[in-house]
Order: sequence, then C-alpha cells, then structure tokens
Amino acid sequence: MTKDDADRRLDGNAAGGLLAEVFRVEMTTVETACAGCGARAPVGELLRYGHEMGAILRCATCDTAVIRVARTRDRHWLDLRGARVLRLDGTPL
Amino acid sequence: MAVPLGTTGPDSAARVRWRLAEVAAVVDETPRVRSLFLTVPGWPGHRAGQHLDLRLTAEDGYRAQRSYSIASPPEDPRIALAVERIEDGEVSPYLAGEVRVGDKLELRGPIGGYFVWNAAAGGPLLLVAGGSGVAPLMAMLRHRAAARSDVPTTLLYSSRSFEEILFREELDRLAAADPSLRVVHALTRSQPEGWAGQRRRIDAEMLEEAAGLPLPEALAFVCGPTRLVENVAIDLLTLGYKAHRVKTERFGPSGS
Repeated sequence: MTKDDADRRLDGNAAGGLLAEVFRVEMTTVETACAGCGARAPVGELLRYGHEMGAILRCATCDTAVIRVARTRDRHWLDLRGARVLRLDGTPL
Repeated sequence: MAVPLGTTGPDSAARVRWRLAEVAAVVDETPRVRSLFLTVPGWPGHRAGQHLDLRLTAEDGYRAQRSYSIASPPEDPRIALAVERIEDGEVSPYLAGEVRVGDKLELRGPIGGYFVWNAAAGGPLLLVAGGSGVAPLMAMLRHRAAARSDVPTTLLYSSRSFEEILFREELDRLAAADPSLRVVHALTRSQPEGWAGQRRRIDAEMLEEAAGLPLPEALAFVCGPTRLVENVAIDLLTLGYKAHRVKTERFGPSGS
C-alpha cells in the first residue's frame, strides 16, 4: 500500500474510539460547524489525519482543523478552535 | 467554547473500556485476508457497520492500536473481523498470520454511530465496496438476511482478482436465495476465463448500471481505499444521491 497523503486520510469515524475517551456521547454522529467556512458535517464525515499521539479532524470543504485531540500518558489535550459549534444529539454511550 | 457533555447512558464507560477477547476460530478467506472469530465476555452488542479498536502490547510494553470493522451481524454472538495482511504493517502480519485459536487480544468497542444500518432504516440500499472494505457491508448484508428484510439492495464490489473476492461463496448463496438482493463484482486487475462481470474500476456508468437512478430515499454506504471512496461518493452525488444519504468509510493504513 502506498503511504501518500490520500491514503493517510481517513474519516472522522476512525477517531471514534479516541473521542470516546473524552466525550460521553457517540461522537461520530455529532454535527460540527466549521469555524473556517461554516460547513456543517457529522464528525464521522470530517477527514481524520492520525498521528502517534492522537488525531486531527479537518473540514472536508476547507481543510480547517475542526478538532484536534492528543493523548499523553495521563491526559488528553483537546483543541476545538476550528469548531464554531458542536451539536451533541448523538446516541448516549 | 463551552461543550455540553450531553446525557449519560447506563453503560457510559462500557464501550471505551478495553476488554480481553479470545480467538475462537481463524479462517483464511483469500491469500491475503483472514477472518478472526472472537468471543468477547461482556460485549454490549453492536450495530451493523460499527468498528472496534484492537491493540497489541509487545513484551517491552510497546503498544500498537488499529481499528477494524466488524463483519459479523448483531445477531451473531461471536465477533468476526476480516484482517488484510499489509506486508510492512506492524499489526496485520501478526493478526493475519501468527495468531492462534485461544490467543487473547485486547479490544474496545463497538465504536461509531455514523456508518451503520439496520433493517428498520429501510432503503433501497446501495453498498459499494473495494477490497477488504466489504467487511462492514457484509455485517449489513448478514443482518439484513437474519432480519429477513426485503429492502431492495445492490452490492457493487471491486476486487483485484477473482481469488481476492472476500466472502464470495456466501455472497453467491445470499443472492441466489433472495430476489431483492443483487451482487455485482468488478475485477480490476485480472479476470478468469469467461468472466461475465465487470472488468474495470468502479465508475459512474457502472454505478448507474448496477443501481439505477436513485429514489429519493435511497441510501448508499461506500467503504474501501480512500481514493475509491472519494471517487464513488462524487459519482453518486452526480447521479442524484443526496449527500446526507451517502455514508463513507475510508480504509487505510490504520488497518495495517
């Protein structure tokens, strides 16, 4: 398998487990509004770029980093500057 | 920014807890893909299309974690995963090669509420798969059969060669027993002699031929390599599918 950027990009779906460490609702169905362009999309439709410590979820329309989450040994770092709003009406876990 | 945390269900932490699963059976499906059947004590149940996270810990404490789609239906007490061997992968050579019945694996899940289907959600249903991306769609087809749903369904499934078609015999059986289910195979690299199916990558023309123009309530699930998923999603929107009725799941090196 080639490992260029197109193949490294997955859906927000793939970050469901990581986000479940932080949030108490099912996050892949939570709707986000991008702070960059206003596009609305469920977390499952954002583009997820994984890295060793966590993931960056980008807007599929304008590439703004909507959600950034990193994990160290005993804490999570959550950066939501790219999300104008999250609508948490997903299935309670 | 304030983030309300929403309501908490009875098993709030249950799904993110790591559990010890046992390998109950191992089946080589194709030269590169192996099904693992797992028993998972305390498994809270799943919906067709969901995935789980699996982690391996080396003797020195190094951990590698991957996501795998669940191929078994909710009706099946065992969890089935289809693991494709990626030659330079960290995890898949073990799972698709070394793992033995009785081995223990750590997993958490089920995860995801976006790429899921159940019989009550109706259709018509268009499922489009590339390679081992057929796994979550297989969970949907198996659930559909178990629920005796007659939602008109088409699976358009792209594989490199005849030998690499996953679940081929089961798909043949399901389609033969069910006039409301259609299975169309596309073989992109090589075809056996006399092959009557498609011989190229999935494109708009093939989608139109396989699925027809969409009814307003048509639902599509697309799973496979990133480029296949993105091309098919664009083709479906061009054909008239509604964006919120096209669900995608990209498979990538996180499965390696």
